Amino acid sequence: MNLSQLPKGGQATVLSVIDDCAHDAIAHRLRELGFVVGASVKILAKGFLGGNPLVVRVGNTRFALRKKEAQRIQVVTSL
Amino acid sequence: MSLAVPANHRIALVGNPNCGKTALFNLLTGSKQKVANYAGVTVERKEGLCRVNDEFSLQILDLPGAYSLTATSPDEAVTRDVLGGKYHGEAQPELIVCVMDATNLGLHLRFALELTALGQPMIIALNMMDSARRQGINIDTDGLADELGIPVVETVAVQRNGAKPLLDQLSKQHWRIPTQIEDRDLDARHERVKGMLENYVSRCGEERNSSIDDHLDALLLNPVSGLFILAAILFFMFQAVFSWAAPLMDGITSGIEQIGTFVTAPITPGSALYSLINEGIIAGLGNVLVFLPQILILFLFILLLEESGYLPRAAYLLDKIMFNAGLTGRAFIPLLSSFACAIPGIMATRSIQDPRDRMTTILVAPLMTCSARLPVYTLLIAAFIPRQQVAGLFNLQGLVLFALYFAGILSALLVAYIMKWLRRDKSEHALLMELPAYRIPNPRDVAMGLMQRAKIFLRRVGGIIFALTVLLWAFCTFPSAPSDYVGTAIDYSIAGRLGQMISVVFEPIGFNWQICIALIPGLAAREVAVSALGTVYAMSGSDDMISQKLGELIAQQWSLPTALSLLAWFVFAPQCISTLAVIRRETNSWRVMGFAVFYLFALAYIASFLVFQLSTALLN
Repeated sequence: MNLSQLPKGGQATVLSVIDDCAHDAIAHRLRELGFVVGASVKILAKGFLGGNPLVVRVGNTRFALRKKEAQRIQVVTSL
Repeated sequence: MSLAVPANHRIALVGNPNCGKTALFNLLTGSKQKVANYAGVTVERKEGLCRVNDEFSLQILDLPGAYSLTATSPDEAVTRDVLGGKYHGEAQPELIVCVMDATNLGLHLRFALELTALGQPMIIALNMMDSARRQGINIDTDGLADELGIPVVETVAVQRNGAKPLLDQLSKQHWRIPTQIEDRDLDARHERVKGMLENYVSRCGEERNSSIDDHLDALLLNPVSGLFILAAILFFMFQAVFSWAAPLMDGITSGIEQIGTFVTAPITPGSALYSLINEGIIAGLGNVLVFLPQILILFLFILLLEESGYLPRAAYLLDKIMFNAGLTGRAFIPLLSSFACAIPGIMATRSIQDPRDRMTTILVAPLMTCSARLPVYTLLIAAFIPRQQVAGLFNLQGLVLFALYFAGILSALLVAYIMKWLRRDKSEHALLMELPAYRIPNPRDVAMGLMQRAKIFLRRVGGIIFALTVLLWAFCTFPSAPSDYVGTAIDYSIAGRLGQMISVVFEPIGFNWQICIALIPGLAAREVAVSALGTVYAMSGSDDMISQKLGELIAQQWSLPTALSLLAWFVFAPQCISTLAVIRRETNSWRVMGFAVFYLFALAYIASFLVFQLSTALLN
């Protein structure tokens, strides 16, 4: 599943960030910001309808992401 | 490895956004650059001198925050180019001071590792050490220093002596290049950060601070309660501008009157000098000076919001609305700065990554109600809108002011929407915005910010507004009317004739010739229109008219539709040369500036025409 499918309050571990196109600058930036394999994430807030945009905590930092950005991040829910 | 350091050193402060580089810069150089609690406050390189002792000083460079040297926005590109020695007219810095937020090393260490790979002499400054200690974070600075092969110092940029360890290290002049480790791959770097965190950072006790932040976020980021609170904050802000300022404004008015009587006492009434001081300077400047309290109250709110870390949250809440209108949530901060003044607002767009988003934001920024409009708005509102309560709770004057601000915002969204619709390129835009930790605003910083705003305002009053007022006085006085001239002297003057001439154009929107005259110097800056009206009415009236307040005077002389039409004019009209100059500089295009001038004046004329004709029809 990807990050945008997590519910509010949901926690998960990042598997990978998938490039949407060749040389995807947004995906590269996401990786730089800490969305790398093994990073744990938690959804802190979601927008009104469709949960767009959302706020996610990765490590000690909170980021606001749009759905299209969140869909690049593949996660697996922690058990 | 050690280096002998030559004289005249150039040192760059580099680091992730919002880690306190500029606060540290201010501390080192004694400057007063703007600091706030959100990413992207500094968008251009700033330079300052740090005097360590009598014979030794350092050239400090404050660079925009960057997450990486792979730049994605114009401000990050500045940092990349300066560090790479590719910035035009700028030698490569000799030493990098990498500033890190000690409470968030997980994110900031990765960029530090990227910087070590540059192979330049470097020092690491662990900033915000006070917050880190409060949160129970222990950092083994010696261990970090050993691993990286460079000095690591602890700083607290918001305390007076908070930069001392860094200064001591800088004055040793014994700088080192980081130990090189082959970890150029992004994943390897993240791995190494993880290892360093495990080895050198430990945490005792609960994460208390971040749980308070989580509770606040649950309330403030919720789509329902969050939007409600945002609306309430903005609403309260505009109510306060009116209700808190009134007593202070009365005080200033009577103060100016007393100074006026005192200064003009030894001068013969009727002489040219008497007229210049009384009708030119006092009637002109006094009418603008009165608005200082309102401007300061507005800035008090803006500064508190900036310092607290709330602004990026507001940007998040509004992102969807703004995205649908063709803007990005990131545009919120530049647009909010534009409520103070469009100039820093337009410059703040450098933190917007997408060039299309940035262009749209620049073009709509002048529609945000800047503080220079406040004198015009409040003068007209106080004169024409009755002071009464609505629903027993709201002040009607405050409501009208709120509506004017709202009109600006709404038209900005509409204009952005039309531009989005006209644009062929519809590829993806990114938001990707960091939400900083909340912070209680530091009273000293807020007081300093207010002092600076007061100085800027007073400098404008003493500079451009004073100069234009004297010039206008001269145009209203000369050539002086012959003794057998029927009518008031001002009708015979250059300004009077010019006003009559152009009033033909403005008649359909209800402007009389006095307004037309005031609008000409008002092209340079909006407040000038108020001082100019003061001068024009003082010159064209009898002595008892001069003693009357400008507000009372226009309340007698203008019809309500004229006042409403002038309000509508000022929502749109780009009456500010400096804003236009910044648009031209930031877009590097005369065409874009020309387009902004044209579309804003066109909107102003159309809006005023509709308001004037409709309200005239309704009132008859």
